[in-house]
Amino acid sequence: MHEARRPNPLFRNLSAKIAAIPMILTALVVFAGGTIWTIIYSFTNSRLLPRENFVGLDQYERLWSSSKWIISIQNLLIYGVCLLVFSLVVGFLLAALLDQKIRFENTFRTIFLYPFALSFIVTGLVWQWILNPQFGVEGIVRSLGWTSFSFDPLYNADIVIYGILIAALWQSTGLIMCLMLAGLRGIDEDIWKAARVDGIPMWKTYAFIVIPMMRPVFITTLVIIASGIVKVYDLVVAQTGGGPGIASEVPAKYVYDAMFLSQNLGQGFAASTMMLLTVLIVLIPWAYLEFGGKKRG
Amino acid sequence: MADVTIPVSAPPVHADEALVGPSGPRPRKVISRRNIILYGTLFVVAVYYLLPLYVMIVTSLKGMPEIRLGNIFSPPVEITFQPWVKAWAEACTGLNCEGLSRGFWNSVRITVPSVVLSIAIASVNGYALANWRFKGADVFFTILIFGAFIPYQVMLYPIVIMLREIGLYGGLYGLIIVHCIFGMPILTLLFRNYFTSLPEELFKAARVDGAGFWGIYFKIMLPMSLPIFVVAVILQVTGIWNDFLFGVVYTRPDYYPMTVQLNNIVNSVQGVKEYNVNMAATLLTGLVPLIVYFISGKLFVRGIAAGAVKG
Repeated sequence: MHEARRPNPLFRNLSAKIAAIPMILTALVVFAGGTIWTIIYSFTNSRLLPRENFVGLDQYERLWSSSKWIISIQNLLIYGVCLLVFSLVVGFLLAALLDQKIRFENTFRTIFLYPFALSFIVTGLVWQWILNPQFGVEGIVRSLGWTSFSFDPLYNADIVIYGILIAALWQSTGLIMCLMLAGLRGIDEDIWKAARVDGIPMWKTYAFIVIPMMRPVFITTLVIIASGIVKVYDLVVAQTGGGPGIASEVPAKYVYDAMFLSQNLGQGFAASTMMLLTVLIVLIPWAYLEFGGKKRG
Repeated sequence: MADVTIPVSAPPVHADEALVGPSGPRPRKVISRRNIILYGTLFVVAVYYLLPLYVMIVTSLKGMPEIRLGNIFSPPVEITFQPWVKAWAEACTGLNCEGLSRGFWNSVRITVPSVVLSIAIASVNGYALANWRFKGADVFFTILIFGAFIPYQVMLYPIVIMLREIGLYGGLYGLIIVHCIFGMPILTLLFRNYFTSLPEELFKAARVDGAGFWGIYFKIMLPMSLPIFVVAVILQVTGIWNDFLFGVVYTRPDYYPMTVQLNNIVNSVQGVKEYNVNMAATLLTGLVPLIVYFISGKLFVRGIAAGAVKG
């Protein structure tokens, strides 16, 4: 917008360019350069140190034949789909409840959002303790007399990922609620009045008028949740350490373990490239819809 | 967004209209079925959200014998602060038994410079992007924003190499640089959007009066943008304090931030598990972001909304 009105000689913007050097370096060297470097080296057989010994797709073949990676991907899928659905539904419901012109709205919002201020490590450790089978929920229900009661997600390989999901939902629904609430507040009051005058029941107004109007909010929220899902790492490390066995491994942990624990850099690079690919599959259509459309319109 | 909605007030009543009949909304019954369901649901959910905090506090105040006997939800019979003392000063990670205090001070030494530096860089960047756009700036900015979504794992190792090259790998300074790098996308976006929203006439008037790049930044932009700086500080303090991945990758055990040390203390396989000490340590680590959160209130909400809503 500015350039059109103002001539733009090189020397006049020199300070701006100097000031932008950190950004340019970060964008080009770290983000673009680092990403390309990792992709290139994912085709090598680097182990302890990166080497330019190219072996084609070997690392990827090994990756996809590793049961640890397959479990990681399965976990990510279950975790991702559940987190997406539950946090959107619960977040929206909470926001809708808070939007009923209730009293103590600020108190409730403060309570729902505070877990978001805590780190995933803290979240994971608290829920590790609450889900402790001996002292936690299971132990309490059993001590009440229901001795066959079983709820030990962190020690049961089949359901361990749901134990992590509980903690993740506790930590992140507050954020979704806040975003949804902002979206709901952006809806014109007149629409509610018109719906009331026409005698449309409240749930119908939400389902057919308000939610379609909040499409941009939903899309933004979706992208935020999705990019958070792929990054999940600390929570698993704190809550289960990937266990029992390898039952709660996730891709981000696979990458870290390969790079820094088992001196298998090539595997780490290949795995992180796969993570990048997953994100791009989500991101590119979104960027296209959001920004591609705007430029043309 | 954070405003409390005020019910639409009734229009002023004129003397002659007052006789027509009641005007304004019908006063709501306080106890109605709808309200009971509404507040009941909210209350139950609020209890669920508060439960972990309660469990943390309660557990950290019990002695170990009491924990072994009772359940995690019961309040302590005998309150003891011993677990807190132990978590702070004596808890062990491997051979080191200095407690969490070392991690705390490391985190302080990481967080303070990272927050200052990252905000300084990002605000100048955002200012340059908003008011002094040059050719190609948008390309760099787009890459930067894209970088916010790229999984960090892709860039982990290249940064290890870069830091090793300049001799900062393993220390605090390296980690500070990393935090500046990864804080840059979101902060730059935040500042760019804010500076763009300021009236352009201000900038133009200053230009006419002969102020330069830095003159305008320090004399006009900075004083006008205090709120957005506060938002950025909140965002960065909580973000950097809560970081785990960068801490564990880019620092040596001596410089581990609090989160990493906490995880090592709680999840260490040696010795008898002392749940009360663990919970005290967990609370201690969560205390800083919690305090920031409860003090900042609406600004925190604004920060996450600003971070979330795209430019």
